[in-house]
Amino acid sequence: MGDGTHLGKVRGLGSSGHGSQHWLQQRLTALGNILLVSFLFVSLIRLPLGDHAAVLRWASDPMVALALILMVVSVFWHLRLGLQVLIEDYVHGPMLLLALVLLNFYAIGGGAYGIFTIARIALAPVTAGPGGM
Amino acid sequence: MAGNEPNARPRAPHLQVYKWGPHMAVSILHRASGDGLAIVGAGLFLWWLGAIAAGPEAYAAFVACIWHDPSPEISLFHQITNILGKIVLVGLTWAFFQHLFSGLRHFVLDTGAGYELKSNKLWSTVVIAAGVFATAATWLYIMAEAL
Repeated sequence: MGDGTHLGKVRGLGSSGHGSQHWLQQRLTALGNILLVSFLFVSLIRLPLGDHAAVLRWASDPMVALALILMVVSVFWHLRLGLQVLIEDYVHGPMLLLALVLLNFYAIGGGAYGIFTIARIALAPVTAGPGGM
Repeated sequence: MAGNEPNARPRAPHLQVYKWGPHMAVSILHRASGDGLAIVGAGLFLWWLGAIAAGPEAYAAFVACIWHDPSPEISLFHQITNILGKIVLVGLTWAFFQHLFSGLRHFVLDTGAGYELKSNKLWSTVVIAAGVFATAATWLYIMAEAL
């Protein structure tokens, strides 16, 4: 293990000095999640989920889309921090680096997909087809 | 790196040497529910979003896969995924409440309160019971609405 020397830090051992930042971000995104995931939970309970038009109308409301985008940011940030701790506890050696890289792919890729998809839904031109609007 | 050093270093005793209590259960459940939400929950949410964006046919296919296939001749695959989907949704509901209540407990612990043996045991038990209760209440509500 690193002894906190400059060489140890260069080798990626010892304290990185970001522990309290991780701790604080986990709590702050947790607060965001309480608010935003609860909003999603209540919405899911109340929406007629089998009805695509109704779900689309809900998701394309600007305030709903904004809340969903904020939720994706908060959730994927929070899950990246949480899964990082899980990986650090159970994965050791060279696989640790690979696992953390894959975690970043998942968190950033998943978050980007979520935000882009919500934007697509909210900004899609309204088609005046049969059954539309 | 950890895992590669010789065994001369002292090691923390692992789970099997401790007598299990609600505080240990609530701790590992916080991790289990969080990981379930992070991987299965977030994945399902993205799939659902993608299905909404892709249009009515894709959305109907999504619902037919994870909830209920309305076609008269349901394929074996959908018979399995319809059951699996409901199990996963109930599991995610439980994970949501468990992680939420357990997370609120952690906010209290962060203030330095609730570490006394009795109150720690009490609130750990309350968190686990509340998670199960809220999950049951939610699905009773959903089933009552469906009828």
